[in-house]
Amino acid sequence: MTEQPQEPLLSVTGLAVDYGTGRRRARVVEGVDLAIPPGRTLGLVGESGSGKSTIGKAVLGLVPIAAGSVVFEGRDVARLSGRERRALGARRQVVFQDPYSSLDPTKTIGYTLAEPCVNRPAGERMTRQQIADRMGSLLGRVGLGPDAAHRYPAQFSGGQRQRIAIARSLMLSPRLVVCDEPVSALDLSVQAEVLNLLAEVQRDLGLSLLFISHDLTVVRHISHEIVVLRGGRVVERGPAERVYEYPEDPYTQSLLASAPVPDPDEQQLRRDARRALAEQEG
Amino acid sequence: MIRLIVTRLVLSAVLVVIASLAIFVLMSFVPGDPARTILGANATPDLVARLREQLGLDQPLPVQYGEWLAGVLHGDLGQSVLSGDPVAQLIAVRLPVTLSLLLLSTLAISVIGTVVGLGSAVRGGPLGRLLDTVSLVGLALPSYWVAIVLVALFAVAIRVFPATGYQPFVDGPVPWFLSLVLPVAALSLGGITIVAKQMRDSALDVLGRDYIRVLRASGIRERSIVFKHVLRNAALPSLTVLGITVVGALTGAVFVENVFVLPGLGSLVTQATTSHDLPVVLGVGVVFTLVVIVVNLVVDVLYGVLNPKVRVR
Amino acid sequence: MTAIGRSRALSTGILPRVLRKPLGVVSGVVLLVIVLAVIAAPLIAPADPLAQSLRDVRQGPSAAHLLGTDSLGRDVLSRLLYGGQESLAGVVEAVLAMLVIAVPLGVVAGYLGGIVDRIVLRVVDVLLSIPGTIITLAVLAIFNNSMLVAMISVGVLASGAFIRVFRSVVLGVRQELYIGAARVSGVDEPRIVLRHVLPQLRGVLLVQITLFAAATLGIQTGLAFLAFGPPPPAPTWGGMVAEAASLIQIDPWLLVPTGGIIAVTTLALCLLGDAVRDANQERFTFAGSAARRSPAAARAVERPAAPEPSGRSAAGALLAVRGLRVGFGERGAETVVVDGVDLEVEPGEVVGLVGESGSGKTVTALSLLGLLGANGRIVDGSIRFDGQELVGLSNAKLREVRGAGIAMISQEPMVSLDPSFRVGSQIAEAASAHRRLGRRSARERVDELLRAVRLDPSVARKYPHEISGGMAQRVAIAIALAGEPRLLIADEPTTALDVTVQAEILDLLRGIQQRTGMAIVLVSHDWGVIADLCSRAVVMYAGQVVESAPVRATFAEPRHPYTLALLRSNPHDAVPGEPLPTIGGVVPSPAQWPVGCRFAARCAFATDACRQAPIPMVDVGDGRMSRCIRVDALREAVA
Repeated sequence: MTEQPQEPLLSVTGLAVDYGTGRRRARVVEGVDLAIPPGRTLGLVGESGSGKSTIGKAVLGLVPIAAGSVVFEGRDVARLSGRERRALGARRQVVFQDPYSSLDPTKTIGYTLAEPCVNRPAGERMTRQQIADRMGSLLGRVGLGPDAAHRYPAQFSGGQRQRIAIARSLMLSPRLVVCDEPVSALDLSVQAEVLNLLAEVQRDLGLSLLFISHDLTVVRHISHEIVVLRGGRVVERGPAERVYEYPEDPYTQSLLASAPVPDPDEQQLRRDARRALAEQEG
Repeated sequence: MIRLIVTRLVLSAVLVVIASLAIFVLMSFVPGDPARTILGANATPDLVARLREQLGLDQPLPVQYGEWLAGVLHGDLGQSVLSGDPVAQLIAVRLPVTLSLLLLSTLAISVIGTVVGLGSAVRGGPLGRLLDTVSLVGLALPSYWVAIVLVALFAVAIRVFPATGYQPFVDGPVPWFLSLVLPVAALSLGGITIVAKQMRDSALDVLGRDYIRVLRASGIRERSIVFKHVLRNAALPSLTVLGITVVGALTGAVFVENVFVLPGLGSLVTQATTSHDLPVVLGVGVVFTLVVIVVNLVVDVLYGVLNPKVRVR
Repeated sequence: MTAIGRSRALSTGILPRVLRKPLGVVSGVVLLVIVLAVIAAPLIAPADPLAQSLRDVRQGPSAAHLLGTDSLGRDVLSRLLYGGQESLAGVVEAVLAMLVIAVPLGVVAGYLGGIVDRIVLRVVDVLLSIPGTIITLAVLAIFNNSMLVAMISVGVLASGAFIRVFRSVVLGVRQELYIGAARVSGVDEPRIVLRHVLPQLRGVLLVQITLFAAATLGIQTGLAFLAFGPPPPAPTWGGMVAEAASLIQIDPWLLVPTGGIIAVTTLALCLLGDAVRDANQERFTFAGSAARRSPAAARAVERPAAPEPSGRSAAGALLAVRGLRVGFGERGAETVVVDGVDLEVEPGEVVGLVGESGSGKTVTALSLLGLLGANGRIVDGSIRFDGQELVGLSNAKLREVRGAGIAMISQEPMVSLDPSFRVGSQIAEAASAHRRLGRRSARERVDELLRAVRLDPSVARKYPHEISGGMAQRVAIAIALAGEPRLLIADEPTTALDVTVQAEILDLLRGIQQRTGMAIVLVSHDWGVIADLCSRAVVMYAGQVVESAPVRATFAEPRHPYTLALLRSNPHDAVPGEPLPTIGGVVPSPAQWPVGCRFAARCAFATDACRQAPIPMVDVGDGRMSRCIRVDALREAVA
């Protein structure tokens, strides 16, 4: 972990992704560039159809790339052999949106957590004891007792499952975690807990996060940098504070003006601002 | 919609060829010589050879198939090995019987199945449990056994319906209908329970949907909700099941025709199988394949009519 | 914060769950007895199945012949035992043949998708179009009456339908996120199939096997009935039915044991299949979720006291809810999820009902229109709308209120429209629910309503799947407006929509509200939406209203610790980079509601007094109500 700080951990250039085949083929992501330095969080914001989740999947190697490159730790992910790509699983992880579908209901939490650790390439192999120790410490870290390992996903609430998903993503000490709408299915009070947990593990472990969300407020809270997407293209990027407080692109402005805020007076101002924007655009 | 039908028809033609080819290839494995079967064990080799030539059995298999297929396209299904009659003619005589049986059964299955299924979904409670019990019994009892009991009960003991045999439609619809009541009852019992169960399950599913709640919230009459919205939406999955059930009734017809001594294709194919009369088996196979294809086509078209998502494409 | 305790450990095994069902046990045992008896026929059969005895022809059941004798004086029981060998072997052969083909093809097609999937589906189309009976009969003709080959061909021909079933299961599992997570972790594909896909298939597989076995038994005995398979005098189940049929006039008894054994075996297979299916479905659902309440807990949620005066006059209220209690489950043993809710809505007022999941806000809203569904019912309380009591009203009377008095729009616009009918016809139906409309005036009304929700009248000809979520919600609003209601219940109307679309829908609702003077009850978890639209906020927690106040006051000075904590956990007001203030703990489920304050366990202000007894709603001044006895401490802390 002693590379030059300038070198990004993940850099995506000219990324394009297609969905469908033949006549139904459609480009859903076009010409997207991203870079995440070690230990930083990049927020990816957009509405449905913006391609934000697709970018996350492309970074994880879950969808084929039509053009461009995804370079992780200095190596082009698309050019790796299957074995090398599998080895990458150790350093690149994911937390998904739906806490009900992201854990296999037929497996205990212990199995789910241990799974990434078995069948590792030589040199990364962990003993049974090492796996158990790590599981125990991570479960404690995400606020669950060690007995959770013997239970099934159905016995946990949505927030608890999302904690388990975070613990699973950390089992192999990754350097990048892609978080695909990790809090959008959660209640406000649970959302706060999960956001705190993510921020905490990031700070403590020096993780990089690719944080995908439709909620600008949440993204602003957790990200260092924000990229705004619309229709598969980047419309605005910049430091989180700047994009949130002084958005330049009209789409970002309308996105921000559309998100209702928990303050009747401020909300009234936003509503007026949005009307003005709409009139401007005609 | 028309594209869907055309695609289906083209696919169906391919299917007929594949299905007949399958039967034909199986035929080639047949031990024993049809020519010898016809002529009996005492025939001279010379006589057998001549008959073989006459039947085209001396040709290589692909040629035989080609000729058979060309014949089929001209309505010629070959000749019965046993009686020497043209297969097409044997089938033509018996087809109305099987089709009558099948059509009436389809009618009974769809109407009774829908009414019972929808009724038990809406009324629930005892009716639902009754349906469960009856449907289990209906599934468990083999259709030929039900047929025998029906014969014993209605035709022999109570004498309401003719016990066995078939009255052609041209001789009057009432005798025709009466002669088919018991066979249709035996044949449809299983299908009715399957369709009713499916109808109930999908109607219950629809009743739990948001749009039903919205309809209720806007003060729509319950009658209109059930007969317009629930029926329409529950019909879709039930239609698929109905198609499968009707195809299954084809198999049931073979058994039922035998019990009720109906001169249909089912009893024909059973006799032909027992006497190794393969051209007849093959011919009936082609007809059954066509029936299956027509049933599937009708289901597809109805599905398209009922489901706007298919229709638009 | 440990896992929700209380639940017994889940076992993943299907078998133990099947064995917990009476029908599963009975059918399993019956099946086992039949199979074992048939296998052990040479050991346990009382007589030689072929031994004729012309002195004992066609006897009824007796001690010597438990099931009687047939026309040649052979023991029916012994013949059934021996005859079953052929039938059951045939079932096993067909099932194995089906599995060998259907499982690999179904799994491969579902998991790999793409071209492989398309090819397999074509093969399935072919298999489904071939008339199985004929092929089976042809096989019997060709292979010299061999039941083995016939049953294998039955299995092969039936595999098409099962490939479809298995494929769709695998297809569903493949889209689960944990498959993606496992792949990201570097788990290789064969292992994913083995560990994550196949276990999900197991239950469906067992169900399909039992159902197919039942069907196959029918075919096997049917063929034997038609005199295929082993020739007489060898006993077969089907053949014995045929013999009985020929003697039906003389000895109807013979039909009973012969048909009976087939029926009982089939029945056992079907019932076992049902039990396995049920066991499989409940396997992955939480065993002891909100339901099932101990008697102690039942006492704990007894109504605290008579409904408290609200501090607001209810005289002019359009809607007045008093002490509303709603329960789910069996009558007399309901799980109460809404517990003593009071709510007033003035004409033209927009009231926000806000809370997290499990607070009871949606159930409260649904109960206003009597739309709780078969499972839920109003246990106690009163709902007065425009002076009319709605609780206990007949469905016909309620129908007059629905749509015309109170209308509703719900959370998921796409599923709140009937997919089978055009948008226009659905609006017209709602418009003519309360007054007769001719064809022409109905069409004019539809145009008018579509324009009111700022949609082009041409939308009327579209089907729900042809329009976007935002348009669908506008259509839903048009349907709700059709009866010119005086109160609109909007249950999370924008939760499923993108923020820009949400803003438009909120604007639309505000515009309509201002134009028509309709009152709105807006159910939402989103404080921003409440701030945007509502004039008063009613905060719910664990089935109760905990605070009710004008919306500005709610945000500026919350008078209940839960409101305060929830507002603080919103990242909007937080300092980026700093941890968000959290509440800690979880919302108690109805079974765990304490006697005292339901928020006490998570509350920073709680004292012993809070936990002693039910806390009433108290007037805290300025037309505000709070269910808190520590308001003074709270006020100091906020100030």
